[in-house]
Amino acid sequence: MSPGRRIDWIPLALVGALMLAALPLVGSAPTWVTLTVAGLAMGMMIFIMASGLTLVFGLMDVMNFAHGAFISVGAYAAASVLVAMRGAMQEASVTANLSAMLPAVLAAIALAGALGLFFERVVIRPVYGDHLKQILVTMGGLIVCEQLIHVVWGPDIIPLPRPATFTGSVTFGDAAIERYRLLAVLVGLAVFAGMWLLLARTRLGLLIRAGVENAEMVESLGYRIRRLFVGVFVAGSALAGLGGVMWAMYQESVYAQMGMQMMVVIFIVIIIGGLGSVGGCFVGALLVGLLANYIGYVAPKLALGSNILLMVLVLLWRPNGLYPVGKS
Amino acid sequence: MAEALLALAGVNTHIGQYHILQGVDFEVPRCGLTMLLGRNGAGKTTCLRTVMGLWRASAGAIRFDGRDVTRTPTPDLARQGIAYVPENMGIFAGLTVRENLVLAARAGILDDKRLEWIFGLFPAMKQFWHGLAGTLSGGQKQMLAIARAIVEPRRLLLVDEPTKGLAPAIIANMIEAFRELKRTDTTILVVEQNFHFARALGDTVAVMDSGRIVHTGAMAALAADQALQTRLLGLSLEAHQ
Repeated sequence: MSPGRRIDWIPLALVGALMLAALPLVGSAPTWVTLTVAGLAMGMMIFIMASGLTLVFGLMDVMNFAHGAFISVGAYAAASVLVAMRGAMQEASVTANLSAMLPAVLAAIALAGALGLFFERVVIRPVYGDHLKQILVTMGGLIVCEQLIHVVWGPDIIPLPRPATFTGSVTFGDAAIERYRLLAVLVGLAVFAGMWLLLARTRLGLLIRAGVENAEMVESLGYRIRRLFVGVFVAGSALAGLGGVMWAMYQESVYAQMGMQMMVVIFIVIIIGGLGSVGGCFVGALLVGLLANYIGYVAPKLALGSNILLMVLVLLWRPNGLYPVGKS
Repeated sequence: MAEALLALAGVNTHIGQYHILQGVDFEVPRCGLTMLLGRNGAGKTTCLRTVMGLWRASAGAIRFDGRDVTRTPTPDLARQGIAYVPENMGIFAGLTVRENLVLAARAGILDDKRLEWIFGLFPAMKQFWHGLAGTLSGGQKQMLAIARAIVEPRRLLLVDEPTKGLAPAIIANMIEAFRELKRTDTTILVVEQNFHFARALGDTVAVMDSGRIVHTGAMAALAADQALQTRLLGLSLEAHQ
């Protein structure tokens, strides 16, 4: 689903079809609503974490396993701010909560973005065009970052309570929906809308879309694609940092391995969506989030394999993903 | 005699372990159309890509308008007025025809007069203006690739096999478009295998073999000399009518 003139609605319809198919299996409408919102929230957070990586892969053909480090570092940066502003977080006031959350999110974005810039310049630049070396050095970079996190923040899990106003649930009929999940859905939608507008309505977006298809031709038209690479890499890293904060608050804890643990599901999402496709990443993340929640409720023993099963089915249907990006 | 717009002197290009260009020397005169001919694998495409900076020359010098551009990055060459149409056309399939052209306009704004001129050359561009480039036919894609290269006035146009895989009717249309292009100030260097196309348009010609230039001269002279054609290209032009 690149922001061109025509939209392929079939994968989007698949999200709706999955929701409808789950209703009779779940059995209870309130439970279904709760699971659906939980799935959408999970999908949105995965999307925020994965969207930068899919663009980085599409534009630069880089397999960056260190993306997980940006997630963890973002979460830790936010945790440092939030722990220091614990008082504001515990007040039952939206203004007070936001006054703590906003600097925390900005710290996460800034630190993850800066780490992304460092990685692009120092770790990844020497291995452009060599996938095997990219996997090796970025995996190594991820491990080093995890150890550095232990050095800076200590080896213990840091509890991260949610802000008071986003704790607890709201009820729609008989369905209880966690406030924080609604917030995650809203933030995810806002990020997606922002990316969509950037890609579809701006010249920068046009350049990124063209670069994902054929970077060499973009250079031949007079654009310095390397600068675009760096900008997208830093933006993608910053988004991973934001996703890290969201995910950490969702789990109410921060630990060094959280980024690495998310990488498996992130790779599944960007493969399902079509490498380089932001729209595909969005739909893929929603499918993964929804399926994980439905299967976790209906058949918990299958929950671990549900993502792999989804990927197999999607790739059997569309071998290049839901929204393949035509590379030339 | 005016200095050539483009001059290659002793240019060598290696791709991995392969030594493709082995001392290429030739000049492209200003404001004309030069054909670069040769058998498959002679190094024609490598020559264009080396000029465009997409592959780096390992030795020798490339001069554009008197300046050494051997090490100049590709985007800077494009900004100096060199446009390139690769063999695979390089269109952005996921973008519309309009978006492909807007991207090529450095200022981001299409000049209406220029656009009408392009629509005159390639009416299909107007017809499919808001259509995705990936849905165009092969001939239309080639037209888009050339339209994109000339959406703004260029000083040098490098075109790699513009007739490859095209039907005769489309080739005739392409010949007319290039005749119109020749009336502008743009200097054109075309790599081609279609000798009818080459003879119809070429002012000067350079023939490559095994990574070297083995002949340069007037296209008309080569077209008139069947023995030379057979020696340089393996077949006479007449065999390709």
